[in-house]
Amino acid sequence: MRELSLNVLDVAQNSITAGASLITLSVLEDYASDTLEISILDDGKGMSPEQLESVRDPFFTTRTTRKVGMGIPLFKLAAEQTGGKFDITSEVGVGTEVHALFKTDSVDFTPIGDMCSTVVMLITMNLDRDFIYRRSYGENEFTLDTRELKTILGEVPLDSPEVVEWLKGYITENEQNLYGGAK
Amino acid sequence: MKSLEELMAIKEKTMKKMTVREDTGDDVTRIVVGMATCGIAAGARPVLNALVEEVQRRNLKGVTVSQTGCIGMCQYEPIVEVMEPGKEKVTYVKMTADKAVKVINEHIVNGKPVAEYTVGAMTK
Repeated sequence: MRELSLNVLDVAQNSITAGASLITLSVLEDYASDTLEISILDDGKGMSPEQLESVRDPFFTTRTTRKVGMGIPLFKLAAEQTGGKFDITSEVGVGTEVHALFKTDSVDFTPIGDMCSTVVMLITMNLDRDFIYRRSYGENEFTLDTRELKTILGEVPLDSPEVVEWLKGYITENEQNLYGGAK
Repeated sequence: MKSLEELMAIKEKTMKKMTVREDTGDDVTRIVVGMATCGIAAGARPVLNALVEEVQRRNLKGVTVSQTGCIGMCQYEPIVEVMEPGKEKVTYVKMTADKAVKVINEHIVNGKPVAEYTVGAMTK
């Protein structure tokens, strides 16, 4: 994967497959310690301890078309190759948490990339689910919650063209603000 | 600066011109993009974006763009499948955003599948 945002998109698909109704994506950057933490939390059906053990194994997948599943191993590798950490916990009937910690000063750190595309795609392709997107840079923080947007929108769907345009702009501007960029 | 107040205004505007969606019946053309690990790694995200944007830009009715899992030919990702009612499925392989726009224009709008991008042409 060329961008961590693509790993997030990929791992979040597992949450969707697990029937999650609320998925929380966090991208928390701390410049003081040169670390970045990405978490994907869901309230899906969860995994048994045996499944959890095997999910780190590239040769495990719930898919029946082939016998390999690279999503979690690739994300884990992306974190560990920077000298960071990777953790996945899960409980049947409760949900799954994936946490990846990256050392951003490592030469092997993959850029975050276009999180806005990932978030907008997840939201608009899964209108029946809710997403929370948390992004921080040091003290600056930004949170988007589709439940809040849906309350405002009423029966207007989140994938109407004007709403999608707004969503892209809203996320982009708020992200730039975190880094002190937008005017 | 985009704000939640602005979203409220968009809602009011959209409500006025909202019509019942026509994309649920049997006469709908379905475009699906493989978005498993293989598809995403190969560049499916910009392809899906381009398809959605082009369908909206041309205001095409009765066309849905959605995502699916692994289609099973990972070496040919990004893969896009076009399913038109009453016609055989067309599978496009090694797609890019530019090719996606061409597929919408040539195949969906003009009715002529882009033979050179199909899996048939690739595996010859």
